[in-house]
Amino acid sequence: METVLLGFVLMLSIFLGFELISKVPATLHTPLMSGANAISGITVVGALTLAGGEMAAWATWLGAIAVFFATINVVGGYMVTDRMLGMFKKKDEPEARS
Amino acid sequence: MSPEWIGAVYIVSAILFVFGLKLLSSPATAVRGNQLSSLGMLVAVVVTLSSKEIIDFRWIAVAAVLGTIVGAVAARRVAMTGMPEMVALFNGSGGIASLFVGWAALDMGGGPDADLSQSAFTIITILISILIGGVTFSGSIVAWGKLSETMPSRAISLPGQQFISLLLLVVTIGCGAAMVAQPEIWNSTLIYAVIALSLVLGVMAVIPIGGADMPVVISLLNSYSGLAACAAGLAINNTILIVAGALVGAAGIILTNIMCKAMNRSLSHVLFSGFTAAKTATKVEGEVKPIVPEDAYLILEAASSVVMVPGYGMAVAQAQHVVRELGELLEQNGAEVSYAIHPVAGRMPGHMNVLLAEANVPYDQLVEMEDINRRIENVDVAIVIGANDVVNPAAREDENSPIYGMPIINVDHARTVFVLKRSMASGFSGVDNPLFFGQNTRMLFGDAKQSLSSVIAAFKG
Repeated sequence: METVLLGFVLMLSIFLGFELISKVPATLHTPLMSGANAISGITVVGALTLAGGEMAAWATWLGAIAVFFATINVVGGYMVTDRMLGMFKKKDEPEARS
Repeated sequence: MSPEWIGAVYIVSAILFVFGLKLLSSPATAVRGNQLSSLGMLVAVVVTLSSKEIIDFRWIAVAAVLGTIVGAVAARRVAMTGMPEMVALFNGSGGIASLFVGWAALDMGGGPDADLSQSAFTIITILISILIGGVTFSGSIVAWGKLSETMPSRAISLPGQQFISLLLLVVTIGCGAAMVAQPEIWNSTLIYAVIALSLVLGVMAVIPIGGADMPVVISLLNSYSGLAACAAGLAINNTILIVAGALVGAAGIILTNIMCKAMNRSLSHVLFSGFTAAKTATKVEGEVKPIVPEDAYLILEAASSVVMVPGYGMAVAQAQHVVRELGELLEQNGAEVSYAIHPVAGRMPGHMNVLLAEANVPYDQLVEMEDINRRIENVDVAIVIGANDVVNPAAREDENSPIYGMPIINVDHARTVFVLKRSMASGFSGVDNPLFFGQNTRMLFGDAKQSLSSVIAAFKG
């Protein structure tokens, strides 16, 4: 039963993703991609449970490596997206950020 | 916190991701959207750390601090022209993280304790997360190599490549099937084979794809990194991984589809057949009319509407700042200036928009292909800066051309066209461009940045 529920969650999320993204204008495709990429770093949550759980040393190690890479993905992805989006300005808008 | 509470908080972070993506659909709200989405991530991480299952924080702390430093430094240092490479590397790190999550999840249950033996479903999802994660990682590394020109960016094909890839995939599936059938016997050995094979498959998938098809590959790898996280979520029974991974997977597929449509090619054509320049395309003949910057200035000075059409060449020449400077001078001169951007210009979806935004071009001056084509007849001067195939009229007129049917920006319909180009070499597709021989076309040969600087100097002098 649980598997079926997870399947439903998966299907609905995919449709939701299609709906959300199809409205993004071409101008924002790069930030959209790096922003979505940062979200895919959500795997960090899975890595955390494995790295901190009560498990064999080997699994803990693998989990810690996963935490490392996923954190790069999350932190780098969000920061670079923020940097890019900060550059998109309307005409005659005062310099809001450097 | 108990698992129920954690699940409830995961719902909150899923809502934040959804709203974050929604707000990304307009430049005015996009910054807030990204912040909401990062807040969602923070909430998910904090609540996970509060779980009773996590008893040891030492390795987590070390790994998270190191990852934060690497990510933050990379994000701050990268130049806007290097953005495609950066996105490829971030994609790759997400992919390898999912691979390790899958691997660790396999070892978690494989102990001598009978209660911990895993169901076939779990093993299958673990294998999928390893396979997709591995392909994402090694594919992204190859994409990075091609984008940064660390390796040749052209398509590299080996004899029988598709056959080899297919064979490797079949072997991988065979290993997986053995692991599902008899986990006690095979798990500890074949897992290495699956990891190695998935890495090789990633390389094989991206190596035959050439430079100008990179927007498709980057979007596709983006989608894969989400799907890998999604599979890892199924493996360890974590809903937020499934939801967020699926959102990203869907986003990547949509972008891939937009890129393919903009090139009038199917995804399988991009992935498997490379780009073969047909020799049958009608040979273009005619006279090329060069122009010097001083004469270009005289024409621009009299123009009342100007459209800039940037392409990958602008990124290579780092010309975005002089482009904006010329644009401002033209506006002060009373001309209406806009920047028309083809969906696949550059090496990544939206590449040109980011570069122009970096040079402080306001986003309301960036127009999409359909909008500019509607009023291109009324444009006095179209300036093509390092773009080629995306303005090639053969795509519209010559049925024999390999790029026939690809939507283009119809700059040849403008009253005058300036083409900034190093030489007469053809574009990525290897197709001659009749635009260069057009009656209303003037070629401004040389480095785009220098040519534009000379025009600007003429304006100021």
